[in-house]
Amino acid sequence: MSRPSDHIDSPAPQPRGEIIQPKLGPAGYVRFFWRQLTSMRTALLLLLLLAIAAVPGSLFPQRSSDPNGVTQYFTNNPSAAPIIDNLQLFDVYTSAWFSAIYLLLFISLIGCVIPRTIYHAKALASAPPKTPARLERLAAFSAFEIEAGETDASGAPLTAAAAIESGRAVLRSARYRVKLFDGRGPEGAEFSVSAERGYLRETGNLIFHLSLIGILIAVGIGGGFGYTGQKVLVTGQAFANVRLTFDSFTKGRFFSDGDLQPYRLKLDSFAVKYQESGPGLGQPIDYTADVTTFDASGTAAKAVVKVNEPLRLGGNDIYLLGNGYAPWVTVKNPSGKVVYSEPVPFLPQNANLLSLGIIKIPDGLAAQVGMRAFFYPTAEAGASGELGSVYPDLRNPVLSLVVFRGDLGIDKGLPKSVYVLNTDKMTPLAGPGAADGTSAIRLKPGESAKIPGGLGSITFENKAPASDPGNLEKSVPRFASFDVHRDPTQGWVLLFALTVLAGLLTSLFIPRRRMWIKAVELEGGRLRLEYAGLARGEDPTLDAAVSAIAQRHAKQLGLRLAR
Amino acid sequence: MTTAALASYSLTAIYSAMGVYLFAFIAFTLDLAKRSAEAPVAVVAVPVRVGQMSRVGGTAVLEREPAAPATPGRTSNRFERVAFALTILGWLLHVVGTVLRGVAAHRVPWANMFEFSLTASAIIVGVFIAVQAWQNLRFLGAYITGFSLIMLGFGTVGFYVNVMPLPPALQSYWLIIHVFVATLGTAFFAIGAGLSLVQLVQTRREANRFSGLKFLATMPDAEKLETLAYRVIVVGFVFWTFTLMAGAIWAEHAWGRYWGWDTKEVWTFIIWTLYAGYIHARATRGWRGSRSAYLAIVGFAAVMFNFTIVNLFFKGLHAYSGL
Repeated sequence: MSRPSDHIDSPAPQPRGEIIQPKLGPAGYVRFFWRQLTSMRTALLLLLLLAIAAVPGSLFPQRSSDPNGVTQYFTNNPSAAPIIDNLQLFDVYTSAWFSAIYLLLFISLIGCVIPRTIYHAKALASAPPKTPARLERLAAFSAFEIEAGETDASGAPLTAAAAIESGRAVLRSARYRVKLFDGRGPEGAEFSVSAERGYLRETGNLIFHLSLIGILIAVGIGGGFGYTGQKVLVTGQAFANVRLTFDSFTKGRFFSDGDLQPYRLKLDSFAVKYQESGPGLGQPIDYTADVTTFDASGTAAKAVVKVNEPLRLGGNDIYLLGNGYAPWVTVKNPSGKVVYSEPVPFLPQNANLLSLGIIKIPDGLAAQVGMRAFFYPTAEAGASGELGSVYPDLRNPVLSLVVFRGDLGIDKGLPKSVYVLNTDKMTPLAGPGAADGTSAIRLKPGESAKIPGGLGSITFENKAPASDPGNLEKSVPRFASFDVHRDPTQGWVLLFALTVLAGLLTSLFIPRRRMWIKAVELEGGRLRLEYAGLARGEDPTLDAAVSAIAQRHAKQLGLRLAR
Repeated sequence: MTTAALASYSLTAIYSAMGVYLFAFIAFTLDLAKRSAEAPVAVVAVPVRVGQMSRVGGTAVLEREPAAPATPGRTSNRFERVAFALTILGWLLHVVGTVLRGVAAHRVPWANMFEFSLTASAIIVGVFIAVQAWQNLRFLGAYITGFSLIMLGFGTVGFYVNVMPLPPALQSYWLIIHVFVATLGTAFFAIGAGLSLVQLVQTRREANRFSGLKFLATMPDAEKLETLAYRVIVVGFVFWTFTLMAGAIWAEHAWGRYWGWDTKEVWTFIIWTLYAGYIHARATRGWRGSRSAYLAIVGFAAVMFNFTIVNLFFKGLHAYSGL
């Protein structure tokens, strides 16, 4: 049988009871379990299990989509987090149990679809089956008797064979596949036409399921060969598409560095528009990154990257994902020598771009110095004197620095996040906890201050153009963060998704049905015409279809089917 | 006209629509009460299928005795007609209010929770009105108008926000396609869940020898309800499949990956899987009837969960509630 035995269209199971199960050998058990796995009930159960198993992924932060959330969860729930981690609840969609469910589901699917495909291929090549002996047993049935000596539309005597011949034409024109049968029934000679239509329903169903398998394979392969890199660029900076230049890089199992297309990308400028008044004040309206790309031969080209408009370059897709401020900070030692001078990307903390940045000066000063800095694009003091940012653009930029001296903890060569300052072995020089109550350093663009303890000085550089030094809006550089992706099977996934949709539409909305017209020669030259239909799968309009065929057939014969 | 003026006209129209829906809801409820009174004694329908032959003039006429209707015929009562007319009136006001909101914002009116609840409820009522041309499902009127009232109530009271410009992530034509089709799918799932709900009580009533809620006798039998629910839900499922795919394409444009198990993606997937399960249940022996009806209701509960709880309380990239 083509379908699982518990499919609604399969023959009903034999009543159990006296049947004694034969003892199963190993092969018997294999067949038994395979049957169980490929049954409709198992598929249904696995589908529902899959739905339930996906839920925890929305309750717990996932490493794949929200790694910071996972870190935070560990900090907030130090006792529960390791247990949850052991259950793979931070990696639900790559976990053993989630994978087990979908792999079993797909094995069940393959085990179901392959025999059905073979069966369907045979069905496509074969004629409709023989007309059942007793049509009146079928769900949709109607019959009519015709007096002896009746003529058809052309005036010729109406015989059973002629009636069926015209019925065949009716069914053919309704796009049925037809086959004629004749024989003898209990009442007399029987002529019949057996017809079937809607093979596309099963074809669509198979395409739908096969396409799902296609998606799974394409996703699996794509994950193996693809890569993702993140890069933060301050205006004016460039990066080359080399693994080491990325801030973070994730690669598939089969990826090699040779797969990186050689190109360079420079961020020329980054423009931001905010809602300047009314409701939604300060809400971003537009982000535009103007970039220059250089291919392997060094040829330059201008391009634009926006949030919904990625740049497709050399098989890579480059997305604009984030942005923020990168205050340019210069640190000098007491004798005026520059030991540090660069733009520092700050992480935005809220909608008004209050941003947090870390500055580490390991060398060049009398001691290691670390600074935890807050940047306020439009600073405004609250009631308690605390600074806050009230607008995301640069209207009153202020940089506030808490300064520490001591051990930055980076001498051991262990990698440390540039966004974290571990102050365990450091003492505060300015800001909360400073010995002599020195407050945090506050600077506006262009201002400098001494680092307490005679360590040197720090300057918050004003990067506005020399011709227009008062232009605060240009005083602090911005950065944009880019995601660089390569997913070689993305197009395949899309293609399979489209065939999924096409398969779904045909499998749900094309009715598959068998139809029979039978003409029985009764005693005394009378004729009985019988019409019957059989739905294969969901077919709520079967009755209507049978009566429509009967109507059309009557019309073809020159008869009127009175209601 | 200014944006603020248009937005306030929009709100006025929405409040008016809610008033009219309230009356429609009351009238639909009265209709159900009336149905209890008029419920006929159970009629056993005997379909007569074998036709008889007769002669008119020179032409043989194939006559067929009319088959008795599967459900006892009934004429709609006054409450039902009034309720349906009020629903149409309320819906027109509702559409005007929703369109004005879009005009005020110079974009589609479904970019935050407030606007989405306007549009989604308008489409649910619109689909409910439209399906009447196909099947008489007016017995769902109280459910649909009540549901829309609740949705509009939450939208206007809980989620109201002023007209705001679109953040860059939402500036895409996919906003129009993806969200609109999702809403259409939701509408069909809503009607499907209503039918499945009636199916469940109808099944209980049929099991209890037709005792219990009497107005159920004026509604289709459980099997017919199940078929209707299935036909409505598969349409919703096609829309939902499209939503999922369109969302993936948009996600690729905006976030650089077509699928990333964001909370909203997870729930869209869960809903898709639940309804795929529903369709399989309908084709599995032993799962037709009440079991598949429960699945349809669970599926719609997940849709609602996705719209409310996931939007408001779950952390994710689809943070567009505007709250």
